Amino acid sequence: MIIGTSPTDIGGRSVRARLAAVVAGYGALAVGACIGAPLIGSTHISLARALDRSIPFANNVDAQIFFVARMPRVLTGAVAGAALAAAGVVMQALLRNPLATPFTLGVSAGAALGAILVITFGSVVAVGAISPVPLASLIGAVAASAIVYTLATRPGRTISTTVLLLAGVTLNAFFSAVILFVQYLADFTQTYRTVRWLMGDLDVGSFGPVLASLPLLVPAFAVFAVLPRSLNLLSVGTDTAATRGVDVGRTQRLAFLSASLATAAAVSLAGPIGFVGIIVPHLVRLMVGVDHRLVLPASALFGVAFLVGCDVVSRTIMAPVEVPVGVVTAMVGGPFFLWLLVRRS
Amino acid sequence: MLRADNVSFAYGGGFALHDASVAIAPGAITGLLGPNGCGKTTLLKLLCGVLRPQHGRVLLEDRPLESMPRRDLARRVAVVPQETHPAFEYTVLEMTLMGRHPHLGTFELEGPPDLALARAALATTGTEHLADRQYMTLSGGEKQRVVIASALTQATDVLLLDEPTASLDLGYQLDVAAVLARLNREQNVTMVLATHDLNLAAALCHRLVVMREGRVLAQGPCDEVLTHEMVQRLYDVDADVHFHERSGHLMVLPVRRLS
Repeated sequence: MIIGTSPTDIGGRSVRARLAAVVAGYGALAVGACIGAPLIGSTHISLARALDRSIPFANNVDAQIFFVARMPRVLTGAVAGAALAAAGVVMQALLRNPLATPFTLGVSAGAALGAILVITFGSVVAVGAISPVPLASLIGAVAASAIVYTLATRPGRTISTTVLLLAGVTLNAFFSAVILFVQYLADFTQTYRTVRWLMGDLDVGSFGPVLASLPLLVPAFAVFAVLPRSLNLLSVGTDTAATRGVDVGRTQRLAFLSASLATAAAVSLAGPIGFVGIIVPHLVRLMVGVDHRLVLPASALFGVAFLVGCDVVSRTIMAPVEVPVGVVTAMVGGPFFLWLLVRRS
Repeated sequence: MLRADNVSFAYGGGFALHDASVAIAPGAITGLLGPNGCGKTTLLKLLCGVLRPQHGRVLLEDRPLESMPRRDLARRVAVVPQETHPAFEYTVLEMTLMGRHPHLGTFELEGPPDLALARAALATTGTEHLADRQYMTLSGGEKQRVVIASALTQATDVLLLDEPTASLDLGYQLDVAAVLARLNREQNVTMVLATHDLNLAAALCHRLVVMREGRVLAQGPCDEVLTHEMVQRLYDVDADVHFHERSGHLMVLPVRRLS
């Protein structure tokens, strides 16, 4: 369970040593989850046989199940888990609020509205290999971010986190009302599909959707790599950050845009899987302390293991019936998180 | 080196600062005095570039602050704010090391020299033993000294302090005053210190800038500015101001409120 260092021995080791330990420990956990998860399922397969190159792929059933049937789903969980967990860390620092999630500023409500409009009013036009629902949810997410961003920013000024929060919360409420209204107009099947979408689903069927999300996720993670030390200072206070040499307005804009981009990509890929973006950063902070240079990479890697692990539970606990993964993350993660909090205090 | 030329600033509503011109003497400790709401904190925020003047200019070595990148400015001017409330549970050492931010490259991590500077700053402020404690669990006085240590770790030649002794008990007030006096004497750090404590100002400051209702009333050597008449003009308080032999500086003893 305990990976990296406990918060109490932070003083004894340099950031460099702790970062190496964190990346190695959480990296091993993430890779282990991605290799282990495809082995688990209704049909038992052997890793050795799946990786055996002497058997032609066409004849290697284990390899087909491992790589074709199960791996796309595992990688979808990995990508969405990393994106949501990292975006949660960035949002919490930007809003100076440990309770913020990637969804606080309306990104997922926008995505949900986009998805629901397509599910209900049925666009039959698929764009290439991309099905219309993820595309619509992506457009909804980007539109919601654009609205909040426009409301909260002034050229050359720092962003007011209060305005940002209020705009996000208001937009969430507004979109939720529109969603309810659309639901009211929808028939039973459409409503079922909508509810199912809202529960999250990693079963994307092929590597295509994961690859399609990379043009959004790669720039988002590139910005995440630059931000951590500025996020430390931002979370101490905007004035303090400014006097310590942080360009506060620029850092806030980069943080908002990168976190929104990552969240939009994850939600359009896997649905609005709640809780990953808040539970993973907090679990990680209990283990590695609060320095964002450790928390951000550790959360991204732990997010991979967490969501992939939850998906294994969702596939197996009531097999052959699948429990929606969004339900599992909150039902497994919630009590565990509360137990950790109680035990700690 | 650091000066404000005819600066005005309004938060919306009336002027917080009106046509103020202040020259900060290099190598000296300058005290900002004045009643609540007189514009001390606003002037400090203008002097460190957190606020931009709506009229007038703030210059460091004859360069307007807004033309300087934040990072360059932070290598010259450090600030100790009135209060610091981090959103997460940083340790004292982590808080202190954040002072190194303007000296590190984007992906650079603190090395042994940075750690040595932070430890030295903690030792200077008498908080070395707190290094591994969480900042938020400290007392008000400990927090204040840690924030001063963090500003010292920034290794600047100008230090701006907003009420640095406001939350400290008598003993720590004298400790912090001694730390600031020593830094000024030994490392020639220029300081600007906003305070309500007239005796601290008298003990520590070489020069005073006195303000009321957003305007600068007077500035000059401490002994010339801090008078019975000035205390009355600033605070509407009748006070005895005289030289105190044992402490070696002026003492202000408030007697009664005039209204």
